[in-house]
Amino acid sequence: MGRRVLVTGLGTFWGGRLAQALERDPDVEVVIGLDTEEPKVHLERTEYVRSDENYSILSRIVSATRVDTIVHTFLVVDSTQVSGRQLHETNVIGTMNLFAAASAAGSTVRNVVVKSSALVYGATPRDPRWFTETMSRKATPRTRIERSLLEVEGYVRDFAIDNPHVEVTLLRFCNVLGPRLSTPFSKALRLPAVPSVLGFDPGFQLVHEDDVVRSLLFAIGEGRSGIYNVAGDGLLPWSETARICGKPTIPLPFVATNLAAEPLRRLGVDIPPELLDLLRYGRGIDNRRLKEAGFTYRHTSAGAADAFIQAVRLRKTVGDRDSEYRYEEDVEQFFRHSPAVARDGDPA
Amino acid sequence: MWGGPTSTPPPTPPPTGTPDPLARPAQETAVTGPNRRFGRRTPSTAYAPVSSHQDQGLRPGGGPSPGDVSATGRYHRRMARPTQERSTALVPVSLPRPAEEPEPLPDPRRSDVDEWGRSEHMRELARRLYAPVYERWFRVEWEHMDRIPADGGALLVANHAAAVPSDAPAIMHGIETEMGRPVYGLADHFFKSVPVVGTLWARNGGVVAQPDNAYRLLREQRQLALVFPEGTKGPAKTYQERYRLRRFGRGGFVEIAMRAGVPVVPIAVVGAEESMPTVARVPAVAKALGLPYFPITANMLALGPLGALAYFPAKFKIRVLEPVTFDVPPDQDRYSRSRIMDASEEIRQSIQAALYDMLQQRRSVWFG
Repeated sequence: MGRRVLVTGLGTFWGGRLAQALERDPDVEVVIGLDTEEPKVHLERTEYVRSDENYSILSRIVSATRVDTIVHTFLVVDSTQVSGRQLHETNVIGTMNLFAAASAAGSTVRNVVVKSSALVYGATPRDPRWFTETMSRKATPRTRIERSLLEVEGYVRDFAIDNPHVEVTLLRFCNVLGPRLSTPFSKALRLPAVPSVLGFDPGFQLVHEDDVVRSLLFAIGEGRSGIYNVAGDGLLPWSETARICGKPTIPLPFVATNLAAEPLRRLGVDIPPELLDLLRYGRGIDNRRLKEAGFTYRHTSAGAADAFIQAVRLRKTVGDRDSEYRYEEDVEQFFRHSPAVARDGDPA
Repeated sequence: MWGGPTSTPPPTPPPTGTPDPLARPAQETAVTGPNRRFGRRTPSTAYAPVSSHQDQGLRPGGGPSPGDVSATGRYHRRMARPTQERSTALVPVSLPRPAEEPEPLPDPRRSDVDEWGRSEHMRELARRLYAPVYERWFRVEWEHMDRIPADGGALLVANHAAAVPSDAPAIMHGIETEMGRPVYGLADHFFKSVPVVGTLWARNGGVVAQPDNAYRLLREQRQLALVFPEGTKGPAKTYQERYRLRRFGRGGFVEIAMRAGVPVVPIAVVGAEESMPTVARVPAVAKALGLPYFPITANMLALGPLGALAYFPAKFKIRVLEPVTFDVPPDQDRYSRSRIMDASEEIRQSIQAALYDMLQQRRSVWFG
């Protein structure tokens, strides 16, 4: 019997990409995607279920579909997109409901993968150059996104301890760059001049979006439980990242940086407070544990930046080719469920 | 993992016959199909011997050396009985490369800044600028530099002095020019939070003094690291207290050296104290500016604002003492607190004794 996988956040970039990858895997029998929004990518056999943002219907779905694997990609790690309240609902309450459903009596869930962020390590001058998975952050969290992610990780830890029969994998990703992903971080690198903080040139670690999807797939399965950092090799100075992207840097003052970033925010440049900390102190996360588990990266930090900027250049010339898909419920339902549609290897 | 910090996740089953599962090259690059995720990767045959045989077999000039019987034997066993053994042995080009060896990923770096933020280019420039100061101004003289290991990790431990410490650049410059080995200077995280200074400091080999950083530098990368266990208490002391060593912290440097399995090399520096002596401290200003200390130096009194940066031309003498090794296994979680404190105090005493000895022989602050 193949895997039955539930993906949260199907309408987000990661949920969509992951569902596409799961569909290509013949071992995966069923893919169910949950989100408040419709999927933005073309999917062949994923079943989309609309839910509210904190997944109150999740336990019904789990018991009805008998999924064995949940991939929780719907954690907001970008504070510029949502209000504080919504952030709390999505991250904390959503995760809480997710684990409540997964640990309910008679639950068939045996495998949970959670996509978290290296934001949980913070960025301070006291940091070690490389955070390993067992290290804790050096300062109390100051931003709401960090607080909410720490709360989420607390739920993950509790769930893992309470349910030893479930393999729980927590992946912490560093800043992601890639041809298609759009985040405040990638938007900053697409500006004519890249913001920096005067007098600071911290080390940045980057990971390519394909490596992110591949690592999520890698995390599904037996013997992968635990916490893993996901980040490309190498710690690039911010100035070098800008140079790879062929951009000059525009330094913000080192005093009242947040205030100075305000006019930029008015101009529509998303600069989350976490990024300002990172532009000062940087962060390195040790990726060796995932490598030792057998995962191989396809891109280094510098390679990710290079792949990103090549895609930006291409898009500048030929335009965006990915945005043509629109989800039409009737059409999707027809292809999935109409008896008129012939299906390979499926005894009708 | 979830219970405590020491447990590790169950690893994927290592291929049989491989002595060290962590040393094997990762093998996923070749596998791209949709089936790769849940299936176990098939263990491929012994990579470790292949790489070791390559080290020996690909020697310039070809072929194992006459005395190298074991290498030859292994070599012949490893080859899948080619028709002409000897000619294959002499033409290393035809050796089959291990298929599992991953292609190095493209890494389009644009600078030579390493993972610690140190740039050899920047360091070279700094050395060129600093050379006249080192040679003409401080006229640095070394004793027993040969006691610093030529390779492998070692923790250099020195006394710390001068309001803006002048000893760290002198020690780093001396070792880098004489021995051609980079030295990483471990210092308070305070530096990292100062704009411009923090960046220049990192580019020149500055690393936040933090146990995990030190361990990685010393044990995994086998580098030289310089540390001043007195911390800011050393440079903060006034002229009256010169050459009297402060407490060596909590002996963390000994613990790190034990864990990393490297020797501690004590270094005594004479001259730094007089290059920028502190006359008085102003704690109120230090507190207002968020500095560890705020000194009024003799240089300021003599030279005005310029004195904040200009050193007096004191003669520098640097003596390297016998390296101290610890008879404990590396990589332990804990080490005996009493042994740490004893070793730390012993090293402190040896540096203190060396300083007194050097001061006894010093006739002039300026001419040595």
